[in-house]
Amino acid sequence: MGVASAMRQEDVLLPSYRDNGALLWRGVKMEEILLYWGGDERGNLSSGPPHDFPFCIPVGSQAPHAAGVAYALKFRKQQGVAVCLLGDGATSKGDMYEAMNFAGVHRLPVVFVVNNNQWAISVPLKLQTAAQTLAQKAIAAGFYGEQVDGNDIVAVREAANEAIDHARRGCGPRLIEALTYRLGDHTTADDAARYRLPQDVQMRWKEEPIARLRAYLVSQKAWGKAEEEELSSHCQREIDAAVERYLATSSRAPETMFEHLYKDLPAVYAAQREELEGLANA
Amino acid sequence: MPEVTLVDAINLVLARAMQDDPNVIVFGEDVGINGGVFRATAGLQQRFGPERVLDTPLAELLISGLCVGMASQGLKPVGEIQFMGFIYPCIDQLVNHASRLRHRTQGRLSCPMVLRAPCGAGIRAPEHHSEHTEAMLTHIPGLRVVIPSSPERAYGLLLAAIHDPDPVVFLEPTRLYRGARGLVDDNGEALSLDVAFVLREGRDVTLIGWGAILKETLAAAEALADEGISAEVIDLATLKPYDAETILASVAKTGRCVIVHEAARTGGLGAEIAALLAERGLTSLLAPVARVAGYDTVIPLPRLEQSYIPSINRIVSAARRACRFT
Ligand SMILES: Cc1ncc(C[n+]2csc(CCOP(=O)(O)OP(=O)(O)O)c2C)c(N)n1
Ligand SMILES: [Mg+2]
Repeated sequence: MGVASAMRQEDVLLPSYRDNGALLWRGVKMEEILLYWGGDERGNLSSGPPHDFPFCIPVGSQAPHAAGVAYALKFRKQQGVAVCLLGDGATSKGDMYEAMNFAGVHRLPVVFVVNNNQWAISVPLKLQTAAQTLAQKAIAAGFYGEQVDGNDIVAVREAANEAIDHARRGCGPRLIEALTYRLGDHTTADDAARYRLPQDVQMRWKEEPIARLRAYLVSQKAWGKAEEEELSSHCQREIDAAVERYLATSSRAPETMFEHLYKDLPAVYAAQREELEGLANA
Repeated sequence: MPEVTLVDAINLVLARAMQDDPNVIVFGEDVGINGGVFRATAGLQQRFGPERVLDTPLAELLISGLCVGMASQGLKPVGEIQFMGFIYPCIDQLVNHASRLRHRTQGRLSCPMVLRAPCGAGIRAPEHHSEHTEAMLTHIPGLRVVIPSSPERAYGLLLAAIHDPDPVVFLEPTRLYRGARGLVDDNGEALSLDVAFVLREGRDVTLIGWGAILKETLAAAEALADEGISAEVIDLATLKPYDAETILASVAKTGRCVIVHEAARTGGLGAEIAALLAERGLTSLLAPVARVAGYDTVIPLPRLEQSYIPSINRIVSAARRACRFT
């Protein structure tokens, strides 16, 4: 959220699968996100900026896309910046290093943001790397990287602003390592109790970013019980309505799996498509 | 019309495409000032500048990933992989992104990119420089895979690949780079990526091949003619999607088919064509479909490579057997 809020419409987001918040900020509708994870490609049609990338599932593989996008933006002398979101696990892949390395050579307008939540499913950061920080990986690529408190949305926004602005001015890429902690299981199919102690997780709840933001706002007398209740019921209504719209989406005919495979389906695949259509209509 | 080599034809197309479309960007290892290790990009950087013709760091995954990123924003990237033996780090990008970006965004984004790679044995190259592993690529839905067998077709097919709205892997037989010459009119006319070429008409047996091996295949057809066997020769050229109708029509006429490819036999594209004929051409077959292919071995180092590449003799024998089958 902090990063996305620092972006402009013409910037290009390259998110990982974890970045619902950034997508919502970019204008993607909640029901579209539900539709994608509910098993329907139409969710990626998305109401967000048409040039943004969809969720990237193969970890880290969006990093070279970000370099390519940034090259295109610079080549066309457009003002946009590519913003690539990755996990701590992704920093172990060559993809990210290859992308950063190229971005460094051409001083591309790209910002890599690592959501360092300390875990890649069950693998803790210390098994991911012996590097002291992930931010320092930027040094090898010839540009500046910094750590930021990822549980402080104001700090994240500030760091993102600075980095995106730097890239936009033509001063080259940046890496931000946002330090945080994955409080939940990796997915609904994961059971984190198998690999970490509940008390360790419990301790981290003290730094939970929404609670911290609330405490801060309350201390500044900018937020109170009434606002909290109002926001909470507003969100509940939004979510309920989005779920309803998601559940109401029509199903699609099976042969639509042949759509958008190529711009125009090559004739040689017409028979397969017809077979499927026939089965569906039988 | 000048007579040019296949690598000259590639160079002509790249120059023309860059001239006609400011979105075309050429990049890869050593493609800039050096003009590529085979000189396919010679002179391009001087002519179009270092922003449009750039040397990338030595990173193949990056080259394919850059293609996806650039293409998604409306550029027309033409990436070069120096040899097919080094294309494997690109497979992730080709399978997981390039070939499905259009589908997974339901047409919101697309990936009009070309990835060029020299392929094949026969130039006494070191280990890893003689790969011919097209079947790894033809298995990928959403991708196009193309390979020319002459300078004329290199010109028309590469131009078509660059114009195509979807990702294309364009394989270039190293053996033909300077080994094939032809008259090429630099007229900006592209060929279709959906049709195979009948290089020679015949009545008795259909020989199907692609890339450099068509040289041996055409020579085999010539030798067969001396024995009174009339062979039809098809250059498949577009390997994915491939033109099934031209194959079926030819075999309906000849009743016999020999598939020739340099790639290893098992799971090669020849197996797909044999299956096509079993499914849709069985009633016209007068003899079992035969494959003359590279062996299921590691491609040997140069001392033995000529024993690996399907020879004229092997093709002639297979065709003869098919014609004598009762
Ligand atoms: C290339 C690849 N390998 C494995 C997986 C399976 N997988 C999904 S998420 C994940 C962990 C990723 O950890 P990290 O990059 O830290 O991101 P996080 O989920 O913690 O945000 C793994 C191994 C995958 N999606 N992609
Ligand atoms: Mg993580």
